[in-house]
Amino acid sequence: MDVDARGLKCPLPIVRLTKAVKKSTKGDKIRIQADDRAFEPDVRAWCRKTGNALVSLSQEGGVVIAVIRKEN
Amino acid sequence: MFGAETGAEVGAGAGTAAGMAEILKRLERVERSQPKDRLCLCVFSGDLDKMIAAFIIATGAAASGMDVKMFFTFWGTSALRDAQKRAPKSLVGKMFGWMLPKGSRKLKLSKMQMAGMGRAMIRSIMRKQGMASLEEMIQIAAELEVQILVCTMSMELMEIKSEELIDYPNMEYVGVASFVELMSDARSTMFI
Repeated sequence: MDVDARGLKCPLPIVRLTKAVKKSTKGDKIRIQADDRAFEPDVRAWCRKTGNALVSLSQEGGVVIAVIRKEN
Repeated sequence: MFGAETGAEVGAGAGTAAGMAEILKRLERVERSQPKDRLCLCVFSGDLDKMIAAFIIATGAAASGMDVKMFFTFWGTSALRDAQKRAPKSLVGKMFGWMLPKGSRKLKLSKMQMAGMGRAMIRSIMRKQGMASLEEMIQIAAELEVQILVCTMSMELMEIKSEELIDYPNMEYVGVASFVELMSDARSTMFI
């Protein structure tokens, strides 16, 4: 699943990610891009807190792209 | 509680069935006393900025899987008023009704209010920056199952009726004991 959270500020990218994860099943991957400055540390914290896996994290220009795998 | 000597007692009896039962009983007690992954927010202030902060924290915590309870009391209660709704009131109640902000859109900033200009400016900046408005945050909180608890004492004090509050799916009217119970095993509690 792809989530475009560009242009959205805290906590909306994390809220969008949560909604996407709720809709998916265990093992599914969600790709989310966001340009909020806090997104990089926040998506790491969100994964630690919720127990979902952060598969990859990259940056292109000011946009952070995170791939998350639903774990539970 | 668990002193150094109790550890030795458990060690001595561990081999027997009675010792095992005692350990299980204690384990159950320890598990029960673990804090829940819950955040409690006491929303006392009716200031727009503090209300925005409260809802950002609440929705962020709910999105991170926490069970979130918001207890609205005193001036905070005004944020839950619905500008479209009316309720019959006494004269004093009507006076309170006129003086208190009628809903989230009427809340003032705690600083830089500038006769209403501050409020309009902050809302316009928030919109331009891609931030959710307070009303959108309340909607998101509802979707993420954040529970709103309204202090009935505040409602009676300021004569705010349940008929004039916003439609929120997970709203309850309670007293302090209900909030105390929730706080007592919450991981974190904030007063805003």
